[in-house]
Amino acid sequence: MAKELIMDIKDFSFKYAGAPKPSLENINMPVYKNKITAMIGPSGCGKSTLLRSINRIHDLYPNNEYTGKINLLNIQSDEFENILDIKKENDFIRLRQRVGMIFQKPTPFPMSIYDNVAYGLRLDGVKDKKVLDEKVETALRGAAIWDECKDRLKESAMGMSGGQQQRLCIARAVALKPEVILFDEPTSALDPISTKAIEELISELKKDISIVIVTHNMQQASRLSDYTAFMYIGELIEYNKTDKIFLNPKEKLTEDYITGRFG
Amino acid sequence: MLNKEFIFKKVAFSSATLILIVLTSIFIMLFISAKPAIEKYGLHFLVDSNWNKTIETKIPLTQAQILAKKTKTQSSDNSDMNDDNLFADDTLVLGDDASGDNVDVSTNIKTDTIFGGYVPIVGTILSTLIAMAFSIPIAMGIAVFLAEIAPDFLIKPVGMAIELLAAIPSIIYGMWGLFYFAPIVQNIFGGSQMSLLTAGLVLGIMILPFMAAITRDAMNTTPDVLKESAYAMGATKFEVVKDIIFPYAKVGIIGSVILSLGRALGETMAVAFLIGSVFKVPGSLTSPTISIPVVLANNFGEASGDMMSSLFYLAFVLFVFSFIIIGSAKFYFLRGRR
Ligand SMILES: Nc1ncnc2c1ncn2[C@@H]1O[C@H](COP(=O)(O)OP(=O)(O)OP(=O)(O)O)[C@@H](O)[C@H]1O
Ligand SMILES: [Mg+2]
Repeated sequence: MAKELIMDIKDFSFKYAGAPKPSLENINMPVYKNKITAMIGPSGCGKSTLLRSINRIHDLYPNNEYTGKINLLNIQSDEFENILDIKKENDFIRLRQRVGMIFQKPTPFPMSIYDNVAYGLRLDGVKDKKVLDEKVETALRGAAIWDECKDRLKESAMGMSGGQQQRLCIARAVALKPEVILFDEPTSALDPISTKAIEELISELKKDISIVIVTHNMQQASRLSDYTAFMYIGELIEYNKTDKIFLNPKEKLTEDYITGRFG
Repeated sequence: MLNKEFIFKKVAFSSATLILIVLTSIFIMLFISAKPAIEKYGLHFLVDSNWNKTIETKIPLTQAQILAKKTKTQSSDNSDMNDDNLFADDTLVLGDDASGDNVDVSTNIKTDTIFGGYVPIVGTILSTLIAMAFSIPIAMGIAVFLAEIAPDFLIKPVGMAIELLAAIPSIIYGMWGLFYFAPIVQNIFGGSQMSLLTAGLVLGIMILPFMAAITRDAMNTTPDVLKESAYAMGATKFEVVKDIIFPYAKVGIIGSVILSLGRALGETMAVAFLIGSVFKVPGSLTSPTISIPVVLANNFGEASGDMMSSLFYLAFVLFVFSFIIIGSAKFYFLRGRR
């Protein structure tokens, strides 16, 4: 199968405002299209920092410093564009519509289930009620939660269970038809059954969307992902196909980590 | 261990009960003290704009008095008798045997002082409305600025300044308002310096920092991830404030508005300096008038009898008023909250 890149991270370094030293140093990592890339590594190694660089959520807070490139494929022109060059608010908005993000804890907005899913669409200018209804339903079906909530679309999303809320958040992101979705430990706050549902959903999503997922769960990474990146104290130690990383790691550190010798 | 638990529960329970007891006892005390006025003036008190006005009513002569009068002064003519008939109705309403002190036996004219709360009630409502209309948008603006927009180096100093302003005693606002602010208001809007408008605006300025500080604190409770996920959907700052922060912090924001409203309703000193203390329905925003707390503060010292119970009636009205406003605001805005 031809490997098609959607993203390419080049010599990326990142330092938080006021931090004494960089949290990420010289990261080089490809992200393949319609594949699941897992990022693993001990707590504090910089997984979230890297993930949050990809849709530039960091830029909500001032004075962070970064160098290098994060190239994102522009599907229309088939060319890569460096997202770190983005300066205008409109382009940020466009970037975040193309690169969605799911957080560790479900983050339903304080509004109804329907409005949660319609939120991004409305921001994007979709006004037609019929179009909205359709897209909301498709997104909720896509997130495998339609059956559970089709009768309570007008109810507040705060009343759903944690697992349902997380799937709602995925539906909300999916509704925008992003090219990439970033997941930051999406199941670490959930029970095993909800976790399974989310994992199935993520595997399902990769048909249309490229996925980067941070996880602390080795089984999850090996079950789910096609590629795995192992990070350690701000550096990318090893990146390879998932089975290679888990069965035959090149680096001693990687082996120690996945066999649970530290972490 | 169990024992501590027990004591803790009891203490918590009795503290909560204490509040209820204080509340009810204030209510009862106000009601009992206001009762004479409530019985005398009824609900008409609320729409009567006369305060401390002496009216004279002739009371019908008793049979014996008529006889006595006829024999004494033959010159007494018919018109007097007509007047008696005219006033007969009023007398039925107002007069009672108990207030015999006021009846001048020689002329049969009964003097009575009537009290109506309309002017201070209107003054209170209007000054509070002006204060709220002025302060709510500005306080929200300040809060949004501090919670979301201000650069780091401004958040602390501006936040501190707001908290300091909130801590200034109201009498100082009154003095400042009187000497510096009132002339400015007069220059801009005309009318008199001491007026409903001046009082309302200073009241607004006074509750502003308080409202802004609490609103900012409420907004700051919005989790960062929630805001981030809205940004991650392509929301702008304004949309995040409008769609995420306001709904999320709604309860706290409304709480801050209600608390400020309560403060404005009951504020005495600042308003006493500025409202003019004139018992007159204000013809315009720039006319002087009076508010309930100011009436109370100005008159309690030398009040007695009807005036005293009328003052309590006013206090009772203010109490019920605050209660209704706060109760309905809570009910209306906070229903359906989990
Ligand atoms: N806002 C911040 N300001 C300064 N330093 C930060 C900030 N956020 C994270 N860091 C630091 O950056 C490093 C990487 O943090 P990051 O959150 O990316 O780790 P992580 O791999 O996601 O960890 P975890 O698995 O616990 O989520 C850590 O050393 C952390 O202390
Ligand atoms: Mg993390």
